[in-house]
Amino acid sequence: MVIPNRKKSKRRPLNPTDYFTAIHYDDGPAAAGAMADSLLEARDIHKSYDGAHALRGASFELRAGEIHALIGENGAGKSTLIKVFTGAVRAEAGELRFAGRRLIHNTPAIAKSLGIAAIYQQPSLFPELTVAENICFAMEGKGMWSRVDWRARQRRAAELLARVGAAIDVNAEAASLSMAQQQLVEIARALGADAKVLILDEPTASLSEQDAQSLFRVIRGLRQRGAGVIYISHRLEELAAIADRVTVLRDGSTIETRAMPDVRREDLVRLMVGRELAAIFPKREVPMGEPALELRRLRCEVSGVHDVSLSVRAGEILGLAGLVGAGRTELAHIIFGLTPADGGEIRLRGKPVRIARPADAVAGGIAYLPEDRKRHGVVPELAVSANISLASLPSLSRLARFNFQREREMALAFVQRLAIKAPSVFSPASALSGGNQQKVALSRWLATHPAVLILDEPTQGIDVGSKAEIHALMGELAARGVAILMISSELPEILGMSDRIAVMAAGTIAAVLGRGEATQENVLSLALGHLPRTTAGAAPGSIA
Amino acid sequence: MISYRHLHREISAAAALAVLLVGVAAAAPSFFAAGNLRDLAVNNAPVLVMAIGMTLVILAGQIDISVGSQFAVCSVAAGMLAKSALPMPLVLAGVLLIGTAMGALNGALVGRVRLPSIIVTLAMMVAWRDALRWRTEGAWVQDLPANFQWMGFSQATGEWLIAGVALALAAGFHWALQNVAAGRAIYAVGSDADAARLAGVEPARVTWMVFALMGTLTAAAAFLNAVRFSAVPGNAGAGLELKAIAAVVVGGAAITGGRGTIAGTVIGAALLGTIGTALTFLGINPFWEKAIQGAIILAALASEVALRRFEHARLHSTHGAAR
Repeated sequence: MVIPNRKKSKRRPLNPTDYFTAIHYDDGPAAAGAMADSLLEARDIHKSYDGAHALRGASFELRAGEIHALIGENGAGKSTLIKVFTGAVRAEAGELRFAGRRLIHNTPAIAKSLGIAAIYQQPSLFPELTVAENICFAMEGKGMWSRVDWRARQRRAAELLARVGAAIDVNAEAASLSMAQQQLVEIARALGADAKVLILDEPTASLSEQDAQSLFRVIRGLRQRGAGVIYISHRLEELAAIADRVTVLRDGSTIETRAMPDVRREDLVRLMVGRELAAIFPKREVPMGEPALELRRLRCEVSGVHDVSLSVRAGEILGLAGLVGAGRTELAHIIFGLTPADGGEIRLRGKPVRIARPADAVAGGIAYLPEDRKRHGVVPELAVSANISLASLPSLSRLARFNFQREREMALAFVQRLAIKAPSVFSPASALSGGNQQKVALSRWLATHPAVLILDEPTQGIDVGSKAEIHALMGELAARGVAILMISSELPEILGMSDRIAVMAAGTIAAVLGRGEATQENVLSLALGHLPRTTAGAAPGSIA
Repeated sequence: MISYRHLHREISAAAALAVLLVGVAAAAPSFFAAGNLRDLAVNNAPVLVMAIGMTLVILAGQIDISVGSQFAVCSVAAGMLAKSALPMPLVLAGVLLIGTAMGALNGALVGRVRLPSIIVTLAMMVAWRDALRWRTEGAWVQDLPANFQWMGFSQATGEWLIAGVALALAAGFHWALQNVAAGRAIYAVGSDADAARLAGVEPARVTWMVFALMGTLTAAAAFLNAVRFSAVPGNAGAGLELKAIAAVVVGGAAITGGRGTIAGTVIGAALLGTIGTALTFLGINPFWEKAIQGAIILAALASEVALRRFEHARLHSTHGAAR
């Protein structure tokens, strides 16, 4: 059933209890009572962004007093489903039920009043405000014109932080806390909201072992009191210890819900991948040359990448697999000089080089096609021709004169070679489809004749036709001796296009697999790893 | 109640003011004559009242550069309403209403329609100024009733009233901003509008509210200024928006929102407002006033950026050490 759009003239309800009126609930024929212990339920939810499906038929049921794990690959739709629960995004179709009653529409304010609290991967605190205020903000529930009782806020914040087991000064500014401390403050805030449903998105990613243990204690306490907890994590070992049930999402749909004690790790990995290797990848066997790019024990404190050793030979396509947050894009940023390394060595064609800025990387023959096409790939307001020439302006200029004729010829040549569908080379890049924008971004780097090409999610969110063309082009470039490092979250693409596959986990290379030995299961299993947790003071763990 | 370590920006502005005052006290004690101090307070009262509103707007992460023109509209409106033989309390009420309406219009365009505040208020700055020029044809409003100047009180009473009202407004808004939930909502929206939305605050409503209040306070400032004279010029308030913004920034507020206090703004307004007179008393050519004011604004912004970089670096080093 479709969730109708909100009527324009509807007044905002004045207090939380109003949300329980018929305005927001529609008790259908088989309503309350049917599922007595069902706390929060989503049925057949659909949601797409710019035509790309994030959710197509996702269903999920959370019972009171359970910890329910939600797992899936990158892009499986976990985050979107959570946002539907918290009212941050509106589902296009499907049904949402709270305590058995149908919720007609959901906004952050309604979700909050129902007792649904979420903690996202990225802490969302107010950086300029104190810890006490962050925890207690808008929670007194006394209205906009009431007086704030600072002493009560400090007391309450200290009490909640103690329950989480965190020793944090309630008068400190949130901006002065570390990521882990901010995460703990958020958890304290959720506790203070007296959440009936607590959603945790990768909560332990930045926590030490000790902090994670106290978090588990808190969560178990919530379960005891009849709250429901949705727990998203890639640490499968952790789920076995804490979760009661697990639901697997894949490509925006719910695959299966099972009782946690009944499943083995291998089953979960199989359920998460299970994607058909239907597409035919135009992978060509080409003779390989000398190593074009070598990394030796590369390290960067700020981005959390450490001990990365890799080599890519001329003509080789090296696939870089891993979960979001494993450090793949961060590694690309180090190689391209966006966040320079603070240890280790980069060699280009056998010679050690220092890359402190992107200009150094470009001078060394490295090209980088970034992940976020809209923000970093093309300049939307500029013409296709200007977008293509952007990285090779010096070669198109003599003294102070810019050769527009050659720029146009160059652009036309790429438009033909890559079959870019554009009204003309003078139309703005924003007028093109996503796939064609990506080809324009790629042309810019091909115009610099790179020796090493780094592609970050090159086919994410683009149509099937353009995707195949980009794959064919990659094969062609490799045949001409370009060394390609391809980051992708799509396992079939990684397996289909790569000569070798490097799997990253927790900021370093977990393993490098040959084309013959890699399968969806073992790549994902390595990516999930035994994710070591950094304990305070200990050296970064290494993966055997 | 905020602990003092979050107030280092306000404290450095206060220190600068103290240095200035001590310097003047040593070189020219006559600066502290009661008459001079009262003149200073009365002259700066309108800027201070507008700077209170500007603090709210900047805390919420917005900017309003139309307030100088709003000030002119309200000044002329005060004169015209008084000439139509309305009693002074009704004149005040009418002016406040007009100012609030102009502010609420800005707020609706920024908060609801989601236009960038710099563009909206730039358009309004030009529109109100030229609408006024068209209406008054540049003429002053003259022949005001006798009870207009000083609101019918004696000059001394009127002057104390103006300074007193400005300071009372500052104290009231300072307290409310720290201790009323709506005040905290302004900080939250300016700090992170998305996080505020997730916490159940409506950023559009808060934005609308701060612009409407800015309009009300601009009207109050225009009224307090107009009653000092026996005629109202048609071009009042030019450049006042910049003075108000400068007072807020020098007072330690972050131009990106979420950080700042009214107490800081009072210090900023006092510092910028006394420099000109202080220079005269110190025997320095008063032509240096603008240059020194500019230098103070730059110093305030530079220290803001430097502080942020320092905090960033500190955070990264402790974060690294925790690994």
